[in-house]
Amino acid sequence: MSTQSGERAVPASPSSQSLFDKIWRAHEVADSLIYIDLHLVHEVTSPQAFEALRLAGRTVRRPDRTLATADHNVPTDGSRVAAQIADHLSRVQVETLERNCEEFGVPVHSIGAARQGIVHVIGPEMGVTQPGMTIVCGDSHTSTHGAFGALAFGIGTSEVEHVLATQTLQQRKPRSMRILYSGELGYGVSAKDLILGTIGRIGVEGGVGHVIEYAGPPIEALSMEGRMTVCNMTIEGGGRAGMIAPDETTFEWVEGREAAPDPLPLDEWRGLRTDEGAHFDTEVVIDASAISPQVTWGTTPSMVCDVTAAVPEPASEGDERALDYMALEAGTPIQDIHLDRIFIGSCTNSRIGDLREAAELVRGRKVASTLSAMVVPGSQQVAAQAEKEGLDEVFRSAGFDWRSAGCSMCLGMNPDTLAPGERCASTSNRNFEGRQGRGGRTHLVSPKMAAAAAVEGRFVDIREWE
Amino acid sequence: MNAVTKIRGPISVLRRSDVDTDQIIPKQFLKRVERSGFGEFLFYDWAKEPGWDLDPNPILVAGRNFGCGSSREHAPWALEDFGFKALVAPSFADIFYSNCTKVGLLPVPLAEEEVEALMGAVEAEIDLEAQVVRFDGREVAFEIDAEIRRRLLNGLDDIGVTLLAADAIEAYERDREREGPVTTL
Repeated sequence: MSTQSGERAVPASPSSQSLFDKIWRAHEVADSLIYIDLHLVHEVTSPQAFEALRLAGRTVRRPDRTLATADHNVPTDGSRVAAQIADHLSRVQVETLERNCEEFGVPVHSIGAARQGIVHVIGPEMGVTQPGMTIVCGDSHTSTHGAFGALAFGIGTSEVEHVLATQTLQQRKPRSMRILYSGELGYGVSAKDLILGTIGRIGVEGGVGHVIEYAGPPIEALSMEGRMTVCNMTIEGGGRAGMIAPDETTFEWVEGREAAPDPLPLDEWRGLRTDEGAHFDTEVVIDASAISPQVTWGTTPSMVCDVTAAVPEPASEGDERALDYMALEAGTPIQDIHLDRIFIGSCTNSRIGDLREAAELVRGRKVASTLSAMVVPGSQQVAAQAEKEGLDEVFRSAGFDWRSAGCSMCLGMNPDTLAPGERCASTSNRNFEGRQGRGGRTHLVSPKMAAAAAVEGRFVDIREWE
Repeated sequence: MNAVTKIRGPISVLRRSDVDTDQIIPKQFLKRVERSGFGEFLFYDWAKEPGWDLDPNPILVAGRNFGCGSSREHAPWALEDFGFKALVAPSFADIFYSNCTKVGLLPVPLAEEEVEALMGAVEAEIDLEAQVVRFDGREVAFEIDAEIRRRLLNGLDDIGVTLLAADAIEAYERDREREGPVTTL
């Protein structure tokens, strides 16, 4: 746990710090009190925090370092204003966000705004997510922003209130872990497979108490979208935060975005790297070449296997429970699993790069008649870009439902949910019981795997799929 | 937050590992904008399973990696509202652990075999001052960060504590704050 600091070797000299050490030191206001450069806010985990501020007569210390959007509750049917949200509680929550932001002077991109979208998609897209920053949000997938060489992690509502009031967070320095990848990702194997395969190896508890730096040639070869996918799922391996050293790929991505510095402070950003000889509390080495396209078979993200494998024999009570919930029998080949729904979206895989990869595979093909499939762009800007490129038409003519931006069926807080018993190939991040709808069965996969499964009606090995 | 000192009474057992916050409080209950009233929805779907039996005792004992997944503080709110005052498990997920300490719900990590032994006990006493769990005539020590312990024992308001360092925050902003980005473009 992050709260148990344990023994930590102090780097021998300032010249041997990790990326994490550097960012931590630059933000220490006092012992275990760190400054927050960017606070992202959404409608679900903020109302009680704003209410507490109001009751205590406190203000938001730095509205200029705070950014809000509505994502979890928004219907993806193209509704343009909160008043159009049919579900009463969802409507009230979005309206409460809008009202709170107005009262406290926090910039908000709510439903209908050109910049609205999943909080972890719009931060990078606007260029407010930058290397070297500390970033928090009342959402566990805040680890996504670590892809830019930032220290980014999820917090609870009490901490949201704390950051709103003080722009700082009380936090013991977590331990550090480096996952060093060797080799290279094979044909058809994506960032999603890399992180699912990693969680399968370290387990859902493997990263607890640690900030994880992902490194090595296979990470350097990833696009920013791919890096965001990897860092996004850090929390599914229990990690406090995930991060990747910024490089030319990062700088190129950030440059020119509306909130990006001009010119970029490249001298500073190039120094955001782990020095030779820096200490990590835990080191893991993984051969990326050995990773195949992955499919989860159970109800935690570590219950995962190769697409070429079969559902494993249960090794624990938890496994038995998971197989029972998933209505799967040990020994069933993954490629014999038939699907009812396909979901391409979520803060893990809803960016333009993800949509391009999926569109490439479905172009000129048809979704299997036995299932229904949907694509939910991560933001209005992603949707606009995809439409400019004609990807919406590719998906629509294949039989996909093309939706507007939001968290959608990743967590079923809006009308997009699985019905009890429905089986879904999903590009999201959690296959917990009931996550996508009560009784729904989720298999986590990459966008390419989801796209191919949509066409075939079952999982296929995209490396051999024509 | 109320001060936490000693928690004593019967225990409830949840013999499952990797209990995620989606199970503790499912998504449909996160739409409320209030902070109270979540207890009746605790383990909403699991509570419908035959044989489910979880009493609102002061102490809940569960399997490892308790509270993984979503950062929703609604999970500790629901556990506390239901009646639990302390949680004992071999390990907790980071964000969940932190959230518990913010609402005065005491998370107590114990070694797997101690948790197993505690599951067989009828009641226990958790003494935060002494940092021990007492049950069946035994006393088992647990770890907790000294500063978190101090805040819990005294029922301190985190923001109030931080604002004692307001000068340091101002100095940081004056001398060391990095440039931008400005969200209020």
